[in-house]
Amino acid sequence: MLKDITLGQYIPGKSVIHRLDPRLKLVLTIAYIAVLFAAKGPASYALVFGSLVLLIALSDIGLRFVFRSIRPLLFIILFTAVLNMFYVPGEAVWSWWIFTITKEGIRTAIYMALRIAMLISGTFVLLNYTTQPIMLTDGIEQLLGPLKKIHVPVHELAMMMTIALRFIPTLIEETDKIMSAQKARGADFETGNIVRRAKALVPILVPLFVSAFRRADDLAVAMECRCYRGSEGRTRLHTLKLQKIDYLTIGAAALLCTGIVLLGIYV
Amino acid sequence: MSTILETRGLRYEYGSGLPSEVAALDGVDIRIEEGEFVGLIGHTGSGKSTLIQHFNGLLAPTSGQVLFRGQDIHEKGYRLRELRFRVGLVFQYPEYQLFEETVEKDISFGPRNMGLSEDEIRERVRMAASYVGLTEDVMDKSPFDLSGGQKRRVAIAGVLAMKPEVLILDEPTAGLDPEGASQILREIRAFREESGTTVILVSHNMEDVARTADRLIVMNHAKVALEGTPEQVFGTPERLESLGLDVPQVTKIFWLLKQRGVDVETSVYTVKYAKNLILKMIGGGASC
Repeated sequence: MLKDITLGQYIPGKSVIHRLDPRLKLVLTIAYIAVLFAAKGPASYALVFGSLVLLIALSDIGLRFVFRSIRPLLFIILFTAVLNMFYVPGEAVWSWWIFTITKEGIRTAIYMALRIAMLISGTFVLLNYTTQPIMLTDGIEQLLGPLKKIHVPVHELAMMMTIALRFIPTLIEETDKIMSAQKARGADFETGNIVRRAKALVPILVPLFVSAFRRADDLAVAMECRCYRGSEGRTRLHTLKLQKIDYLTIGAAALLCTGIVLLGIYV
Repeated sequence: MSTILETRGLRYEYGSGLPSEVAALDGVDIRIEEGEFVGLIGHTGSGKSTLIQHFNGLLAPTSGQVLFRGQDIHEKGYRLRELRFRVGLVFQYPEYQLFEETVEKDISFGPRNMGLSEDEIRERVRMAASYVGLTEDVMDKSPFDLSGGQKRRVAIAGVLAMKPEVLILDEPTAGLDPEGASQILREIRAFREESGTTVILVSHNMEDVARTADRLIVMNHAKVALEGTPEQVFGTPERLESLGLDVPQVTKIFWLLKQRGVDVETSVYTVKYAKNLILKMIGGGASC
């Protein structure tokens, strides 16, 4: 039941997008979001949409997953779109009592909906679906590397993220087990008012915390046994290095971004 | 004797409908008679733990039935929560589920959920604690301050205090030292003798089950592979070995003796019985 929660949403594959350098993917994501907000007018939107289609096609991720990424936010998207329809002033096309829908409103609503949908699906395909969480933290660590100069503990932060990600499935499994064990003793999580239900969580949370601390202790000891001492003098097994495909992607992305911005300004 | 627990064509799949679908149980038909002491054995991943979670309705079968005293527990309107008080399940490493401030409070969690009176709860906690050898002075301690073996006892007592009609224990001796392990087994045996409770002991330790169970059920690859008295099951060591299981050490010794041409029976599984046999062979029995 709890196992159904998809936290690590990585979908294994060997596509071009899967193989891109995680650092590059992070930068691309930021660039993608930036141009998405710079886009203006149908032409530039069409180009953004085209890039998204290209990205999805190259990533080998089924359309099913792309829609799945948008589904939880469908309500918010529709809600903002409808609100925009009424609130943007301009030429009225329909009006009743105090409600007026304007032409500009409809246009803004459509753009807004498209923008959010493309934002979500694009970042999901680029980061969540095609990048392993570990690679992602690796990428973040190296991108933030320069901050070490001003004494930001970049490596330690990245290590904490990696460990947290690693233990999510373990803790979910543990929660499942503890819930079963307490249910076997007649614990009831489903009935009663909020106070009762909150109280019913104590038999789950206490053992869960105890075991999380135990695991953390064990892990710390195991790391020390293997001489872990933070980032100082640490080398890595997989050094990230930009490949030919990364350079090609940078070129293509730069062209697309410039295109989108220019189309937004001049068309 | 009447049948207390029964499964009919039980099948359980993990990840139903996905390409990764795996059947953890496949066509399992089992009958447990009232008052029996059943040993459920099988190597890791054979489906033992999945099976016992069906007995108290924590897992619902993909297909097939589970019957408690002749009634299908997944029938509409069946009170599963009450079933869990009647079929007590002690999970593997049960000490990880302790949560209360004191030992006494933790043991009374089950009885309190049953809605019993305070007097009855106190009485049951005392009874359960004495079965597992917990003394009065630990009752007010925090369960987190106890040793591993003591914690395990507190957790087992928490289930005993519900006075279940069937007691199921999943690897109750896992991770304990030999002395602590045999002590817990002794306590379980004593509890069963005094209360007449039906007990199902899950284990992959052959010595443990050989000493305690009346009947053995061997699981392999989601199915029941062997069933019978310890004599019958341990009488076929090759079969057990092909299932990735071992026979008790004494049985192995008698099996090896037989292979070297000594005329002995091979369904020996307790040291006591083995000793008698050997004495009979070398000394003519009575003269010893």
